[in-house]
Amino acid sequence: MTLMKLAMLATTAMLAAGAAMADGKVKVGMITTLSGGGAGLGIDARDGFMLALKLSGSDAVEVVIEDDQQKPEVAVQLADKMIQAENVDVLTGIIWSNLAMAVVPSAVAQDKIYLSVNAGPSALAGAGCHPNYFNVAWQNDNLHEAAGAYASNAGYGKTFILAPNYPAGTDALTGFKRFYKGELAGEVYTTLGQTDYAAEIAQIRASGADSVFFFLPGGMGISFMKQYADSGVGLPVVGPAFSFDQGILQAVGAAALGVVNTSQWGKDLDNEANKTFVAAFQEEYGRLPSLYASQGYDTANLLLSAMGKADISDKEAFRAALKEADFASTRGDFKFGNNNHPIQDIYVREVIQEGDVFTNKIIGTALEDHVDAYAAECKM
Amino acid sequence: MTFLLFAEQMLNGLQFGIMLFLMAAGLTLVFGVMGLINLAHGSLYMIGAFAAAWVAGLTGSFVLALMASLAAAAAAGALIELTVIRRLYKRDHLDQVLATFALILILSEGTRWVFGSFPLYLDVPSYLSGPVTLPGGIQYPLYRLAIIVAGLVVAGGLFALIARTRIGIQIRAGEADREMIAALGIDISRLYTLVFALGAALAGLAGALVGAIQSVQVGMGEPVLILAFVVIVIGGIGSIKGALVGALLVGLTDTMGGVLLPRFFALFMDPSAATTIGASLGSMLIYILMAVVLIVRPSGLYGSA
Repeated sequence: MTLMKLAMLATTAMLAAGAAMADGKVKVGMITTLSGGGAGLGIDARDGFMLALKLSGSDAVEVVIEDDQQKPEVAVQLADKMIQAENVDVLTGIIWSNLAMAVVPSAVAQDKIYLSVNAGPSALAGAGCHPNYFNVAWQNDNLHEAAGAYASNAGYGKTFILAPNYPAGTDALTGFKRFYKGELAGEVYTTLGQTDYAAEIAQIRASGADSVFFFLPGGMGISFMKQYADSGVGLPVVGPAFSFDQGILQAVGAAALGVVNTSQWGKDLDNEANKTFVAAFQEEYGRLPSLYASQGYDTANLLLSAMGKADISDKEAFRAALKEADFASTRGDFKFGNNNHPIQDIYVREVIQEGDVFTNKIIGTALEDHVDAYAAECKM
Repeated sequence: MTFLLFAEQMLNGLQFGIMLFLMAAGLTLVFGVMGLINLAHGSLYMIGAFAAAWVAGLTGSFVLALMASLAAAAAAGALIELTVIRRLYKRDHLDQVLATFALILILSEGTRWVFGSFPLYLDVPSYLSGPVTLPGGIQYPLYRLAIIVAGLVVAGGLFALIARTRIGIQIRAGEADREMIAALGIDISRLYTLVFALGAALAGLAGALVGAIQSVQVGMGEPVLILAFVVIVIGGIGSIKGALVGALLVGLTDTMGGVLLPRFFALFMDPSAATTIGASLGSMLIYILMAVVLIVRPSGLYGSA
């Protein structure tokens, strides 16, 4: 299937090479994770992105897709190749913050536009912000800040927190603590890609905590939830949507029912763009979309909206057009702050069962028009 | 640290070690008997887990799922041995690494092609789920206890097989002098296929047992494979006893190191720095252990130098 797509892209690439480039066309390089344990996230983001292009009917966007295998060194090579050999105008697609940190600073310094579908490390939101870098998803801390706010509101006073030891993991725990008012029963960093959490669960049991907050995206979250449910610890769990996205829920099963998680998006958000997106995604791919898919979809629509206002050859005008964010987001209201990161509402969701499918339902709003904590440090 | 926490962590280390043993046993047998480095051993672990998840989804029976994992991994192992591995015995290790690395890629993408990129669902059966209270008031998941018991039974069976049966004698003889046992009229190529399938079945069983509490996904075998190599290097290549001791050492060191080091650093550092440094050092600990063992005994604990 991917091969088919690549072959089609290669054909379009050859056709496009014949045509002149200054006709409003934009060449996009997408570097994302399509193999290994984190592949579900990249595939969702890619599918969302491609769906938006398909629905727009526009043939002005040409996409080159490559698999970074979730390895920073591979991502860097791909970015170099895309910038130097493929001569792309826009880069996008990276899921993991450690990969984003390896690719984004050099790409934007070479005057390429980077639109982030997922990763939003704090280092790129504060003093390291850049006019060519736009984050369409969130700053890493955001969903965790909302989880912290929710935990405080729900009356938890002794939460045990854990996350993997990598940039997004430290951002997660920092974000949680920023909005959480109680005390911590414990704070643990796990290895990225870890699959056995017996030792951590034993620590939770012994810590006297009244609740657990964890950020473990992809397969890590599946392992943790299953083992946690089996351990009989039974404390209430709060997490960001990454630990309970659509791809994970089916593998976790009933163990996740009733868990509260925070997200900037939910499939039941009531707006036209979202309804179209959810229906079209199911029809095209035969599965429910995840938040990663919604982010990919929004990213493509943002790009299309800017292309309608300015030509990519005029970088100044194109950046201004991107910054206006004049597109119908699946999240409803969406605008960029001074550091090109979203200002948006963050919702509280609960895991429910619909028929034999596990999914999320929005039950409230945790933070409204939330601005990330690093915006003030950005001189832009 | 309380006694309860300490005891639970020891059990966790033990359970982790037992799992590693199932992986390492096949790896060390294959290396010892045939002199072959098999990087694709982790893929057999993955095949076992996928077969189990698939059969459990169809039938709802965990026992059938475990049998399917054994059968699928053994069959895949035998097939791989007959088609690819057989041609590699006389080649040098670099060729073997290259070919078995290619097998990893082929098997991973093949599995993705059949089952898709999203993790599969495989759950602990209801009669093994939930915690039990052990003497001393230790609460421990029943399933993990069952893994420990199953692993010990398999280890016992393996020792009996190697020490007391005709096949075991042939395997040991094959390790010691492969030309001689061929000269004695033993069908060496059939023995090799058998040993390879046996190792594969053990890896598949480990994959299925672990798949129920972790996530069944493409690429799940590679991180375990690295640890299994550490185990057989520590234990001494080719030695089943070494694999068992090495696996338990690695399991306990990894678990206890990850728990104790952050606490140790917290004594004289601020807590978040202590967790970061402790966690990083904890994940290095087994490699430090390996280095120390290699300095003291260059051929591993039970290796025949």
